[in-house]
Amino acid sequence: MTAPGVAERLTSLVGALRAHGMRIGTGETVDAAHAVDALGLADREALREGLAATLLHSQVQRPVFDPVFDLYFPASVGGPRTAPADRDELRDRLAAALADDDTALLGRLAAEAVDGFGAYGSPSGADGWSSYQTLDRLRPQTLFARVRDDVRARGGGAGFDGRLVGDEVRRRIAHFRALVATEARRRVAERRDRDEIARRAVAPTPDRVDFLYAGKAQLAELRRTVQPLARKLATRLAARRRRAARGSIDLRRTLRASLSTGGVPVRPVLRRRRPVRPELVLLCDVSGSVSGFSDFTMLLVQALHDQFSKVRVFAFVNRVDEVTGLLVRGAADPEGLGARIDAEAALTSHHGSSDYGAALGEFALRYGGAVGPRTTVFVLGDARTNHGDPNLPALREITGRARRVHWLNPEPRDLWGTGDSVAPDYAAIAEMRECRNARQLGALVSRLLPV
Amino acid sequence: MLFHSVDDVSARLAGTGYLASRAVATTVFLADRLGKPLLVEGPAGVGKTELAKAVAEVAGARLVRLQCYEGVDESRALYEWNHAKQLLRISAGRDETWDEARTDIFGEEFLLPRPLLTAIRGDDPKVLLIDETDKADVEVEGLLLEVLSDFQVTVPELGTVTATRRPFVVLTSNASRELSEALRRRCLFLHIGFPDEELERAIVRLKVPDLDAALTASVVRVVGALRAMELRKVPSVAETVDWARTLLALGAGTLDETVVKDTLGVLLKHQDDVLRASAKLDLDAV
Ligand SMILES: Nc1ncnc2c1ncn2[C@@H]1O[C@H](COP(=O)(O)OP(=O)(O)OP(=O)(O)O)[C@@H](O)[C@H]1O
Ligand SMILES: [Mg+2]
Repeated sequence: MTAPGVAERLTSLVGALRAHGMRIGTGETVDAAHAVDALGLADREALREGLAATLLHSQVQRPVFDPVFDLYFPASVGGPRTAPADRDELRDRLAAALADDDTALLGRLAAEAVDGFGAYGSPSGADGWSSYQTLDRLRPQTLFARVRDDVRARGGGAGFDGRLVGDEVRRRIAHFRALVATEARRRVAERRDRDEIARRAVAPTPDRVDFLYAGKAQLAELRRTVQPLARKLATRLAARRRRAARGSIDLRRTLRASLSTGGVPVRPVLRRRRPVRPELVLLCDVSGSVSGFSDFTMLLVQALHDQFSKVRVFAFVNRVDEVTGLLVRGAADPEGLGARIDAEAALTSHHGSSDYGAALGEFALRYGGAVGPRTTVFVLGDARTNHGDPNLPALREITGRARRVHWLNPEPRDLWGTGDSVAPDYAAIAEMRECRNARQLGALVSRLLPV
Repeated sequence: MLFHSVDDVSARLAGTGYLASRAVATTVFLADRLGKPLLVEGPAGVGKTELAKAVAEVAGARLVRLQCYEGVDESRALYEWNHAKQLLRISAGRDETWDEARTDIFGEEFLLPRPLLTAIRGDDPKVLLIDETDKADVEVEGLLLEVLSDFQVTVPELGTVTATRRPFVVLTSNASRELSEALRRRCLFLHIGFPDEELERAIVRLKVPDLDAALTASVVRVVGALRAMELRKVPSVAETVDWARTLLALGAGTLDETVVKDTLGVLLKHQDDVLRASAKLDLDAV
């Protein structure tokens, strides 16, 4: 028979799933209880699959089911029985586990990480456990280059599959972040009402997902936010334009108007700005992991194109090509944008990694005419040159011609300048800003876009 | 009862050449224990059909397969009378009364049982595979629901047939159409996704044992990378196995740009996918 307490837990689990809108009948609940009897509690993953098989009716319910299951059937109770973690030492062990792709160890490290860095309130954990705080202190994403190089050095990147290592490591880091989130939820649930947490515990909204670590599904979800975001931004831009149009006082016309009041300037006349809309040029790195960021930004700018007199978009990896036309057609099929750019634009020469120096140089040379005193240029990319020449004079030439040049970098600021990043060098010439997620991008765009 | 534990399921399916993930083994075990039909969903080529065949083999059961398609109907799914034979019988027995003839021509001898009826008649163990259920029209779902609820079928002329031994039922779907909630509630639900790297390596090793181990690992890694790309159709297990066979046939010892470029068509079916993957995998150099 079912172990004592399990029936209650099962009923609460079903209750929580129903609160998320799942229709689960009594029949399924009875089946689930039979499943628990047949499988026992010892093998937690078998139990998870058994309950999913009996309670769910489709795969779209699975992302909700898993975190809820973790709360009601937690892997362990309490914190890990280890000494408090030292940050650097934990990062070392994490780097090794990521390089080995040791999933079991990653799970234990997630528990240690939350225990060591996720607590807030005092005594420790009195007010809760935060995955955000854990990840912010531990910064697993900053281990990326180290782990990749480690895997390569150990021969894991020999031959053809060497080029896959980067993306694989990125996926492992994303997986670790998910483990931390699960663990933090579990710790919180131990302190507070589990049912309450189960109802509230939901994944971050798409606009807070890091561009660099967003998976395929998250990017697809992000793309669906382009149109609503564009509408919101258009309203804000219009408001700024109205304010700007009110502009400064036109002294000559104020005086002339004052003649009717005996020379007393009662009503100041404001200078009306010419209704010429600004021009925009986008220069986007579309290689590898940065492409999620670039694709999104290009689609957003395309959705805003009627705010400008002219928008031209250029993409590069190590060569530059204009993709404005592809983007106009891209509005109808946003998923296919990246594929079309890869297929139809000439972006790579003899190798496939980004070369900022070559790309900036070629842009200044071939498309210099696209940039004039009315043009605002946005450069999108992580400024990772793969140790090539950054070609600073080329960027200087572009900033010299343009009205403004803004650089949006999807990497967190404290990574700028590490490894092959020449972000600080470029930042000295063009204003560089961190732009890690759609929320930040929205804020930057509404502030920086010229009106 | 076919299996005595989840591990027993894994081990015996593996014996037939089907390598089950933990999720698959657990759900098959439960379907057997709870006596419920198993609804298997997932992308093409992940082994949904193969699973039903493997269960049949393990159980020493006959595989009865109802292949669904647009327009499949009761006479294809359940039973039909053999009209030609009935006419022959009527014209052969001219001196009979109609009543005599009628009891005779609606007898067992003139019945053409189709998969659903076949599966519930007789005492021998059977696995009923209702393949690509989503291709059938909604009306057929009503029929399935009836059969899968009571495991009995009424043939007006013959009476009601009730299963003396319930078949193990597997329904597969590619989710090209949403199956009704009512049908889903009758079933245990199993989603088979792409296998993790370790399982996929094991599948390749099993199907293409002569391929070098390091090359097998590379094959699985590249396929994993392709699945992470935004493609119209990502490669499935079936394509992984095909690719491994191709590489073996070509005598490739390791992967390099040229080999991958020349054989990418085995993995990807759309030309724009090939272009995109070539760019991402940096194959343009050759
Ligand atoms: N777990 C596995 N173990 C062994 N072989 C497998 C496994 N998964 C897939 N395969 C291989 O993949 C091939 C395709 O499987 P199958 O035809 O069952 O796919 P399917 O899911 O039914 O696809 P479809 O939706 O196209 O019908 C099989 O021939 C088999 O060789
Ligand atoms: Mg099939």
